[in-house]
Parts: sequence; structure tokens; C-alpha cells
Amino acid sequence: MTQILLYNIASIGLFGIGLYGLIVAPHIIKKILAINIMSVGVFMLLVASASNVNGTPDPVLHAMVLTGIVVAIAGTALALFLAAKIHTLDQTSDKDGH
Amino acid sequence: MFESPEFKEGNHSNDLPLVVRILCAIAIGVLGLGLIGVLMSTANLSSTLPTLVQQNLAQSGVQNPVTAVLLNFRSYDTLLEIGVLLIVAVAMLPDSPSGRLVAVVTDTQINPMLEAALRWLVPMIVIMAGYMLWTGAALPGGAFQSGALLAGAGVLIQLSGRLSFCFTSTMAKLLLTIGLITFMLAAVGVAIMTGVILQYPTELAAPLILLIESAATISIATILLLLYNSLATQVSVTNAAVTTSTTSTTSTTNIDKEPKS
Repeated sequence: MTQILLYNIASIGLFGIGLYGLIVAPHIIKKILAINIMSVGVFMLLVASASNVNGTPDPVLHAMVLTGIVVAIAGTALALFLAAKIHTLDQTSDKDGH
Repeated sequence: MFESPEFKEGNHSNDLPLVVRILCAIAIGVLGLGLIGVLMSTANLSSTLPTLVQQNLAQSGVQNPVTAVLLNFRSYDTLLEIGVLLIVAVAMLPDSPSGRLVAVVTDTQINPMLEAALRWLVPMIVIMAGYMLWTGAALPGGAFQSGALLAGAGVLIQLSGRLSFCFTSTMAKLLLTIGLITFMLAAVGVAIMTGVILQYPTELAAPLILLIESAATISIATILLLLYNSLATQVSVTNAAVTTSTTSTTSTTNIDKEPKS
């Protein structure tokens, strides 16, 4: 019980760190990383609460985390792609003297 | 791209003032404490879902409860998830001209040790992926783990520089979409048979799940490899743009400004 609580508190801590980074960090890559830290916190919370039930882990939460990880990877890839594109556009517009 | 001198990492003009940051930290701390409080008060929240899954596991067609949830009880989620992956893949599809899916790059020198290692590693990864796919029915594993392994093999091959992939070829488009197509065909097929979408008949559940998972593995591996490939290409394009803009800023500034004035 205390162990699960420890995991829960740690995952909320991760979520908080990610949220702080998302708001405060000026840079887009740092923001993407911050969103990833937030999602890791959520996954950790789900996995930790999956072990609540009498020793046998809750398969529904495990399936949810698995789905979440895949969607998070896809989202991160798209975000990084857009960040690289934005950076390219910034560089080319800088050339025009803006 | 991110180590170039033009990159504005050192420019802190976008930084929030210290007061705002401290206020943010305090607000998030309060939020976190509140969440911990909520969790402590609902710590004994027990769900009936695990027992439901255990009771109905026999008619799901697989023995692993996670796979049963992913591909039978909540297969709608997995269908949409593969759809999400495909949408991201389409968004990142390169606009290179169509060619063959796999082309051998002959004009590069690659480390012979690396090539020898790849010849051992890649077949073993493919076997591991096949095992992962098969074992997903009873133990942890399944389409996503297997697809991730295969995509890892693809990234290794691409990093070695021996083969190059073209994702605008017809073959690649087929591989990217086969998972979603198979899944939707299965959904419509069982809807005709049982009247409910994605409700597999018990005796057909195991082969259907295996079919869907195999097709999904191929699509997931291709999509993940495409994500890596597009990102790497975009980063090198950005690098090239940054280099030209840093070297030519002084010389082109006047020329570029002329038409405006």
C-alpha cells in the first residue's frame, strides 16, 4: 500500500515537473520534452493503480497505458517534425531581414 | 540542427520573469498536493473491470488479459489508435518522388564490422518480432512490441547507410495502411455475422485476433520507421537551411532587400 502511494506521489511529482516546464520553458523542444514528462507521470500513475487489485494487476489500465504510449510517441514525432519545420522557416525568414 | 550558433537557445528574451515562474511553481505545487490528497482519499477505489475481464477471458480467444482487452473487449480503442498512427504518418509523409520501397545504396563506404553485425542482428530481430507477436496471445507481447522491434531493425539498417527507404512508393502505402484496412474489414465482417461491430464470435476470436495483430505489426513497424525517416530528413533539411543562412546572411541581405524598397 505504502509502495503504491510512493509511486502515486512520484508520478504526480513528474506531472508537476512537466507542467512547470511546459509553462516556463521558452524553447519548443523543451516544451515537447515537458509534455512527455507529463505523460510519463500519467502512465506511472495508471500502472501503479493497476496493481491495486489483490495482487493481480488490472489489465484494462495496462492496455490503456500501452495505447497511450503509442499515441504519445506518434504525437512527439509529429511535434518534433513541426518544430524542425518551424525552425527552417524561421531561418529562411531571418535571411529576409525580419 | 540544435547546436548551430544561430539557434536562439542562449537568448533569454522569451524567459518569463522570476516572479511569474515562482507563482507558477507555487500554483503547480498546490495542484500536486491537491491531487495527492484526492488520491489518498480514494486509495481503496476498486474497479469491477478486472474481475469482468477474468470471467470473460475464456471467450476472448487469447490467454493474456492485456491482449484480450486490447484486441477484443476494447478493440475499438486499438482500431482508433492505429488510425491515429496512420494520420500522423500521412502528416509526415515525405514529398519525395515515388520510387522503389527499398533501394540499395552502392556509392557509400560502410564499416565492414557494422555490416557484418547487421547481417546477424537484423534476422534475429525479425525472429524476435515474430516471437513477440505470437507470444502476445498468452504472455506480455503483441502487435505494438513486435512492430517496435521491427522498426528498430529498420532504423539500424537505415543508419548503416546500406539501404534507403522510399515511403511514397505504392508498396509503402500498402504496408502503411494494411493494418487499418484489415482491422476495418474484420470489424465490418463480424458486424455482418453477429450484428454488432467488433464483437467476434467466440470460435473465430483467436484467428481474427492473430490476423489483425499480424497486419497491425506490419503497419506499426512501417509507420514508426516512416516517423524516424521523415524526422531525420527534416532535421538534415533544417541543418542545411541553417548553414546557408549563417554563411550567406551578410552577402544576401542587400540583394534580398532590394525588391521591397
